[in-house]
Amino acid sequence: MKIHEYQARSLFESAGIPVARAGIAQTPSEARAVAEKLGVPVAVKAQVHVGGRGKAGGVKLANTPSEVETAAREILGMKIKGSTVRTVLVMEKVDIAQELYLGMVFDRDHRGYTVIASSAGGIDIEEVSAKTPEKIHRVFVHPVQGFSPHQAREVAFRLGVPKKASLEIARTLVLLHRVFVQTDATLAEINPYVVRPDETTVAIDAKMNFDDNALFRQKSVESMRDTGEEEPLEVEAKNADLAYVHLGGDIGIIGNGAGLVMTTLDVVTAAGGKPANFLDIGGSSSPEKVRRAMEIVLKEPGLRVIFINVFGGITRCDDVANGLVQVFKKMNVPSPIVIRMTGTNVDQGMKILNDSGLNLKTFPTMQAAAKEAARLAKP
Amino acid sequence: MSILVDSRTRLIVQGITGRDGSFHARQMIDYGTNVVAGVTPGKGGTRVDGLDVPVFDTVREAVEAAQANASVIYVPASASADAILESADAGVQLVICITEGIPVNDMLRVHHLLAGGNITIVGPNCPGVISPGKCKVGIMPGFIHKPGRVGVVSRSGTLTYEIVYALTQAGIGQSTCVGVGGDPVIGSKFTDLLPKFEADPDTDAVVLVGEIGGADEEEAAAWYTRSPRRIRIVAFIAGVSAPPGKRMGHAGAIISGGKGTAKDKIETLMNHGIPVASDTSQIPDLVKKVPG
Repeated sequence: MKIHEYQARSLFESAGIPVARAGIAQTPSEARAVAEKLGVPVAVKAQVHVGGRGKAGGVKLANTPSEVETAAREILGMKIKGSTVRTVLVMEKVDIAQELYLGMVFDRDHRGYTVIASSAGGIDIEEVSAKTPEKIHRVFVHPVQGFSPHQAREVAFRLGVPKKASLEIARTLVLLHRVFVQTDATLAEINPYVVRPDETTVAIDAKMNFDDNALFRQKSVESMRDTGEEEPLEVEAKNADLAYVHLGGDIGIIGNGAGLVMTTLDVVTAAGGKPANFLDIGGSSSPEKVRRAMEIVLKEPGLRVIFINVFGGITRCDDVANGLVQVFKKMNVPSPIVIRMTGTNVDQGMKILNDSGLNLKTFPTMQAAAKEAARLAKP
Repeated sequence: MSILVDSRTRLIVQGITGRDGSFHARQMIDYGTNVVAGVTPGKGGTRVDGLDVPVFDTVREAVEAAQANASVIYVPASASADAILESADAGVQLVICITEGIPVNDMLRVHHLLAGGNITIVGPNCPGVISPGKCKVGIMPGFIHKPGRVGVVSRSGTLTYEIVYALTQAGIGQSTCVGVGGDPVIGSKFTDLLPKFEADPDTDAVVLVGEIGGADEEEAAAWYTRSPRRIRIVAFIAGVSAPPGKRMGHAGAIISGGKGTAKDKIETLMNHGIPVASDTSQIPDLVKKVPG
């Protein structure tokens, strides 16, 4: 799960990390009021989950309260990579001697975490990693042993900043680790973290992502979810306990099991089709789940065909087929439906589908079904 | 022979009084698995309808009373990490965790607390382990399998069934099929299981079913060419068309920072001499063809 910069900033602030003074606004006049309280000049920053907002014109400097109002008017309502800006963060302008990158990520390959610090702040860390890897310093953090201040100092002293600043940075890294672990984060990033001319330091950006599996015990994190930033159908599917990914093509895909659905997308793509979505109804395939899945897929704009791919295991193919027929008889499905089924009692299952009187196209192999789905999707 | 589970497996079901636990306990017993005890804290001394299996409050009691040597976990995600640690503390050597949705931090802790110990963890978020004809531990449909000499290791559930079913239909039986799980942090990776198959005289070849995300397939490829190997490997990778940055159902199936793409995995596997099927229907033929 992702959150906005202003939300991550407040988590950092509560953890004791120095952050630039700031406030949020939903209207230009609120933005002006925040700026008047903070004192100008300020930066007005669009709050969206996608990256690259600076390049898109979503961050503006303002020197007077009326400039703040103008900047906020321009940014609010702006579309950045499909996200509409509904909130801006108005932040004091900080004097900068040096910009750094500080971050911590879940490190899957080493089954732990990695703290990352770089003297090249303010730019995309992956770009730094590709072009000037010598400017990136990493330290592995053991999930049980934790992260000691001396480990933080070791990284901080490698950044080539004044000693006073290094000690502050080490303290920030320790606090970043603490908030990361306490909130079940998978990423915490400050880019840039600023060294001021007087050698004090401050965060002027904040980013955090979280482990979806841990949200059951992170209610305050979950309350920060902004569903306006997520695909509406993905939100609806999540509420129905289905795994859904919007992909934008015209062939709706439903299957049981993540690996099988992923493979279905691959086969459809190889056949020249464009999947509209990924939808996993789970290992079993109850009629109720199929019905909910159909309701969501049918909302995909531009849908031309539905391709259902089911493996009948403990729930045998004949049971799955009976469930499908029961669902389709009650629903008015405007798009053609292609079904591929395999597993236990596949012949009985196919017979049930073919004898149902419904307009279902059944195939024994994924490849043949995918080819037909791609053909039907052609305008 | 086979790996991990066989006729000597004496199994505990953690969460046996729950809906999934009781259903699958029955399925496993019907398959012939020796389910010796169940555990649900607070339900010790009770019975599960229609099951002739004693229920205990703790794994330790179950191990002592029934000489169990393996455990399968069907408890909710919030309690699963502790369930694994409880089995480990009670001396169980093999723990298979079916539960989906366990927080990453919980599995990191479990992994590091138990690393280097005399215990094998399979999963979480997996279908389990089956040695056809001998023992089934998990949620897979037993009757699609057939005893034989091909091992299967997979990050997937139904996709594995699909492939196993195709193997069985083609007359190719399996020694042991292991679902390693779809999470980013799992107990046993491909590289933990391949050496066990290599050491099993009754396994000739292994079908490796991978997917986008992580580097477990690349590690498996490197293991394969590190020394001469007796077993042959055939692979399949799901997610060739998956977009970056999107979690494709499994928590671990995500291309992040440009890493973990199916294309890279397929290239690496092929560079290490492992044939990769471009679709699942080719797998039986590839298995028949691999030089052995």
